[in-house]
Amino acid sequence: MKKYVIIGNGIAAAGCIEGIRSVDNSGEITVISEEPHKVYCRPLISYYLEGKADLSRISYRGEDFYDRMNCTVLYGKKAVHIHKDTQKIELDDGTKLDYTSLCIATGSSPFVPPMEGLDLVKDKFSFQTLDDALSLEKQLTPSSRVLIIGAGLIGLKCAEGILDRVGSVTVIDLAGRVLSSILDDECASLMQRHLMKHGIKFYLNDSAARFEENKAFLKSGAEVDFDILVLAVGVRANVSLVREAGGEVNRGILVDERMQTSLPGIFAAGDCTESLDISSQEKRVMAILPNANMQGQTAGINMAGGAAVFDKGIPMNSIGFFGLHAMTAGSYEGELYEEKTDTSIKRLYVKDDLLKGFILIGCDERAGIYTSLIREQVPLSSLDFERLKTAATTAAFSQEMRRKKFGGMV
Amino acid sequence: MKRVYVNEEWCLGCHLCEYNCAFANSGMSDMVLALKGRPIFPRIHVEEGDKISYAVSCRHCEDPICVKSCIAGALSKEDGVIRIDQERCVSCYTCVLVCPYGALSPGESGVMQKCELCLQNTVGEPACVKGCPNKAIVYEERGEVL
Repeated sequence: MKKYVIIGNGIAAAGCIEGIRSVDNSGEITVISEEPHKVYCRPLISYYLEGKADLSRISYRGEDFYDRMNCTVLYGKKAVHIHKDTQKIELDDGTKLDYTSLCIATGSSPFVPPMEGLDLVKDKFSFQTLDDALSLEKQLTPSSRVLIIGAGLIGLKCAEGILDRVGSVTVIDLAGRVLSSILDDECASLMQRHLMKHGIKFYLNDSAARFEENKAFLKSGAEVDFDILVLAVGVRANVSLVREAGGEVNRGILVDERMQTSLPGIFAAGDCTESLDISSQEKRVMAILPNANMQGQTAGINMAGGAAVFDKGIPMNSIGFFGLHAMTAGSYEGELYEEKTDTSIKRLYVKDDLLKGFILIGCDERAGIYTSLIREQVPLSSLDFERLKTAATTAAFSQEMRRKKFGGMV
Repeated sequence: MKRVYVNEEWCLGCHLCEYNCAFANSGMSDMVLALKGRPIFPRIHVEEGDKISYAVSCRHCEDPICVKSCIAGALSKEDGVIRIDQERCVSCYTCVLVCPYGALSPGESGVMQKCELCLQNTVGEPACVKGCPNKAIVYEERGEVL
C-alpha cells in the first residue's frame, strides 16, 4: 500500500488530498500541519475581521473533510528533515514517517527586513494565518492607531478588514504606489484614491528608518504615532526542506508541469513553488489560491500514479476594497488597448497574436472570458478581437469555437 | 447528466429566458410583482453578436476552475451540478475572474449567483428552457463534445 505524506495543510495540501483520492482510495495519507487548524481559507482572515466571514464558515472543505478523505493529520508538528535516501520525514519531536510519495506544500512565511528598534514595539503582528488575525483582533480597540508596513495585497486587505474597528489606519510602502506587484502607476493611483476616500492614510516612497515603542520615524522625516504595528512587507517561499535535501530551488521550489521537484518521488505545490507562467514563459512564484489548489490536485494525481499536468499557470488576482474591484492576469507586455473613465480603467496587453495580460478596475463583467484567452493561448486572429476588446463576450468567438464551448460537455 | 444547451440558430434574442430565470429564483409567486419596474439579476444572459444571439449559463464543467479558485470554499460540485453556498461567498469576484463563460455574476445583494439548473427552487427544472418560445434552449444529455 502506498504511503503518501503531505507537508503542509493549506489549500495546496487539500488539492493534493483530493487529487490522490481521485485515483487511489486505499493508500495511507498523512498530513503534517504546523497550524493547529483544519484547512481553512487563508484569504478570509481579513473578511473575518471585517465581520463578513465567521469562524464556523472559514473552513475550506468542511468539518468532515479528513474523515471523508480518510487521512490522518498530525497537528502542531513540523517537518524538519527529508531523508530522501531512506524515504523518511523527520519531525520536530524526533519521530520519523515513511513515505513512498511526498508532497511539499509548505507555503510561504512573512519576510521582515531588519528595522532599527523593531524589538521595542510590543504590539506587532504579521497578517498571514488565522492565529495572526486572532491575535491582532485581541488588541484592536475603537481608538487604536494602526500602522501597516506594506501596501501590497496582504497589507491592504488587513487595512480594509480592521478600518471600522479602529481609530485610524496608516500604510507605509517603499514602493511609490499601492499594490505594486499587480498594478501600474495609473491603476494604483485610482485604487489609492478610493482607499483614501474611505479613510486610509498613506506614506508611499517611504519606509520606517527607526521605531520606538509607539512611534515610527520615517526616512522622509515624517513621524507616525501608533498603538499597533502590522508587518506586511512581503512573503518568502518556504523552500528549506527541499534545498537541504539537495533539490533545485530558486525563489521557490522548482517544479515541472507534473509538479515534480528535481528529487525523485518528491512533489511540491502551492505558494512554496516556482512554476511556468505561460503568459511570460518564465518560471515564477505564483502564490495565489487558485494555483495552489490546481497544483496540489495535479501533484496528488501524479503521486497516485495518474497523469495530470498544470500547464496553464498564470498570475491572476481579483481583489476588491470597499466595493471597487481590481482584476489582473498574465503579463503586461506587448501592445496596449485601453479604456478609461473617472472610476474605471481597462488595459489589455496583446503580443504575438495572443492576449498576454490585463488590468481591469471597476469594469470586471465576465472578465473570465479574457482570462481564458490567456490561459488557453487562443490566437486572436481566430476571433473578432475588435469586438472582444470593448466587451468580454463569447459572441466574438468563431462559430467553431462557440460550438466547442457550448455544444457539449466541457 | 442533463445540462442546458443552446441552439444559436434558433435563438430569437427575446431575453425571455433572463426574465424566467430571475422570476424562478425570486421566491415569489407573481411574476409581475417579482420583476416589474425592478432591475433583474438573472443567472443566464443572452450574448448578442452581429447576426447571432444565444443564451449562456453555467456549463457545469467537468473540471470546474471556479470551484478550484473560490477563496471561500463556497463553490462545490454535487452530483455534477456546480453549486454556490451564498452564505460563504465573500464577493471577492475570483470566480468572475476565472469562468471562461462569464456565467457567474453578483445578485442584487452583491453576493455571487449562478445557474443551478433550477434544482433548488420551486420550478425543479430549468425555467429558461421551459419558457423558451422557440426551443432554442434545451435541457438534455449530451455525452461528449460534439
